[in-house]
Amino acid sequence: MSRAFSGKPAEDLTVEALVRDELTPDDVRIHPATLEAQAAVAELHGNPQLAANFRRGAELTRFSETEIIAFYEALRPRRSTMDELMALADQLAARDAPTCAALVREAATAYAARGLLR
Amino acid sequence: MVEQPVGRVRFMDEQRVNLDGFAREDPALGLVALHSPADPAPSLRVVDGIVVEMDQKARDDFDTIDRYIAVHGLDLAVADEAMALGDVAAARLFVDPAVPRSEIIRLVGGMTPAKLARVVAVLRPAELMMAMTKLRARRTPSNQAHVTNLLDDPLLLAADAATAAAYGFRELETTVPVLADAFSNAVAVTVGAAVGAAGVLVQCAVEEAMELEMGMRGLVSYAETVSLYGTEGVFIDGDDTPWSKALLTSGYASRGIKMRVSSGAGAEVLMAGAEGCSMLYLESRCVSLARAIGAQGVQNGGIDGASVAAAVPRGVRELMAENVMVMARNLESCSGNDALMSESHVRRTSRTLPILLAGSDYICSGFGSIQRYDNMFGPSNWNAEDIDDWLAIQRDWGVDGGLRTASPSSLGELRTRAVEAVRDVYRALGLGDFTDEQLAKAVDAAGSKDLGATDALAVLDAAQAIRGTGLTALDIARALHDTGHDEAAARVLAMAVARVHGDHLQTAAIFDEDMRVLSLVTDPNEYAGPGTGYEPSPARQAEIDGIRQERGVEDLRVSQSSFAGGYLTSSGPAAFGTDPRDVVIGVSPGVGRTVWQTLSGMLVVDVLQELLDGLEEEGCLARIVRVNSTIDVGMVGLTAARLAGSGIGIGLQGKGTALIHRRDLPPLANLELYSMAPTLTPEMYRLLGANAGRHAKGATPVPARNPYTDEAIEARYHTSVISLVALERDCVDPAAAPEQLSFQEPRS
Repeated sequence: MSRAFSGKPAEDLTVEALVRDELTPDDVRIHPATLEAQAAVAELHGNPQLAANFRRGAELTRFSETEIIAFYEALRPRRSTMDELMALADQLAARDAPTCAALVREAATAYAARGLLR
Repeated sequence: MVEQPVGRVRFMDEQRVNLDGFAREDPALGLVALHSPADPAPSLRVVDGIVVEMDQKARDDFDTIDRYIAVHGLDLAVADEAMALGDVAAARLFVDPAVPRSEIIRLVGGMTPAKLARVVAVLRPAELMMAMTKLRARRTPSNQAHVTNLLDDPLLLAADAATAAAYGFRELETTVPVLADAFSNAVAVTVGAAVGAAGVLVQCAVEEAMELEMGMRGLVSYAETVSLYGTEGVFIDGDDTPWSKALLTSGYASRGIKMRVSSGAGAEVLMAGAEGCSMLYLESRCVSLARAIGAQGVQNGGIDGASVAAAVPRGVRELMAENVMVMARNLESCSGNDALMSESHVRRTSRTLPILLAGSDYICSGFGSIQRYDNMFGPSNWNAEDIDDWLAIQRDWGVDGGLRTASPSSLGELRTRAVEAVRDVYRALGLGDFTDEQLAKAVDAAGSKDLGATDALAVLDAAQAIRGTGLTALDIARALHDTGHDEAAARVLAMAVARVHGDHLQTAAIFDEDMRVLSLVTDPNEYAGPGTGYEPSPARQAEIDGIRQERGVEDLRVSQSSFAGGYLTSSGPAAFGTDPRDVVIGVSPGVGRTVWQTLSGMLVVDVLQELLDGLEEEGCLARIVRVNSTIDVGMVGLTAARLAGSGIGIGLQGKGTALIHRRDLPPLANLELYSMAPTLTPEMYRLLGANAGRHAKGATPVPARNPYTDEAIEARYHTSVISLVALERDCVDPAAAPEQLSFQEPRS
């Protein structure tokens, strides 16, 4: 049985709990461990890229919605300088998001080569 | 002076298909479906585990799309084997039922975009169908609906979302004519869907960041508006890169939200950025990239550019090939068939039919469940106008197109619950209020034009309040519960809780109505030839077969009984007439017993009255006789003729078929015949009576002629004919002699 991001077991996520005001948004959020488990399933079913996505997703559970939208914005064309992207990668790495950090570094190199930096 | 074409050509010019644009192939503009001279030959060189050349391009020349695919999208362990396969040899694997899907998936993992495009281009239409049948990820096919309206009216959105769920759609996609309304639409459709059925996924298509925000709040349950393009220029014009899309994809995963990307032929052509490449090759790049960034599925098959593809030779084939590429890359296929690609009903049906027959994860990536005018994505290839057609086609072919008949008697109640749920949620959360009259109008409306005046600002206010106060799915579920909509509350909560499990993040996932996830993992397609793969369960088959228009003999018996009247009574065995003016009208065995109304809608007694009046005009004496031994109208007429003093008889079947017979003719010969019973009129029967009288007097009248119609009259009436014949057959007694009937005029 899965547990929610908050740690609450999924079987506790009932209408009764809702009515008792016991549920918060983090109770209906996915836990990074669950995304890891789903990554393993995806790998077994012939899709390592989907698995990698779930693992990046697991890392991103540690970030707020606003932060995730900001990361996305930063990666859009000509939004960021090389330094900004490197700083973003460092920030991700520092908060235990190494594969996301690697994605940003890889983007920075590609953007430099293709004129997509700010 | 330009010479005017002949009438035949002018007539053909007026047909609907000629409203469509047809483009000459023009590779320079990308107006070419399967092959362009500019498409690279497939190639792949790997040195020390690094791709140094792909599809004729050296690593230093890679654009962002090449680069992302080269690093993330290829299984280099099988690349040598896969790239060495001939195009035809590989294509044969796609259709060979003895080669398992998993083997295709393994090999395609090592194919570059150009290679996969070349392989799929080999497949002819029937082979594409075979490949789709075998390669789609999920065993059980499914379908997606658009639910939108011109006004963003929340009540109508909810009623229509519930209706779409009742018709069997497992995903509902809404969007907005006014961007700021998005949050209101998301809530209305989510509530309506939950009233309609459990486990319906909901999406609100807007720009990327807002869509993500609604997803994270649980106001929608999947995302699809994450567009990919096949050339770097167009990709950047779309304000994204492969890395921004990859991050966005992971952002959805981080909150347990299902998502797929969108691509499809024509987008690059429309933005003048196709770089001279074929639509298939560019789409192959999109599909490879979708796999590389870790999306679980792709909506393609033209989408907004479907009519661009359809304008060029082999373009519709290209659209289906796009879906097959998605499946071969082991991804969920949401198979286009959304944007209306032709003004011609024949062409738009032709575009979809192979996919409906083969089955896809989602056959339509947006069947317009509302009327064309209310579809804010633009009219779909299939719309509310066509739901009954779709249901009939499913039934005709015995295939599962994802839809079922929503019982007409329950729809009013369902829509009422949906609008009440939205009213109560909006009221409870302080988002707005609606009058009983507004509710009643939305329940009954076939589209937003039936709503009358609505308050556009109220929708805007509600949307701003939902966004501004940070409402989530939990608030919606709570409000539903507090206002007595317990079932819908439980369903909204269940969709939120599903995120905690994340099983629906796997490829091609839908929920069934018991909230079980059906996906590549839990419901894999294992088609391996006849007798394998998806087969509807008996219950599902009954849904497919049981359209609401079905009629049987018992329905017709009830309908006929409602016209019963005691106007024809037997007065004993029929005698042989001797008067030369004696003409006999023979009626079939069921007349006045099981059959009272003909196919034209006239009562049999009214038909008889016309015949009698016609005979009277000619000064004849008429008798009515029921022939009990046969239902054959020729034999009925001949039997009547043999009883008649004049030797002339009229045969009349209960369904209205009538003829004039003469006693010396063979049974299948006759003097005059009305075989088109549904189109006969009182005047025609009167003429037949008069002509019978003229024959009796030895004259040669101008024969009565069957009326002509170009309508599918047989399609309309054959089921009734079969049932009427069965009702008549019930009354046949081969040993019984003809009996004289006395006739009282029904209207005196």
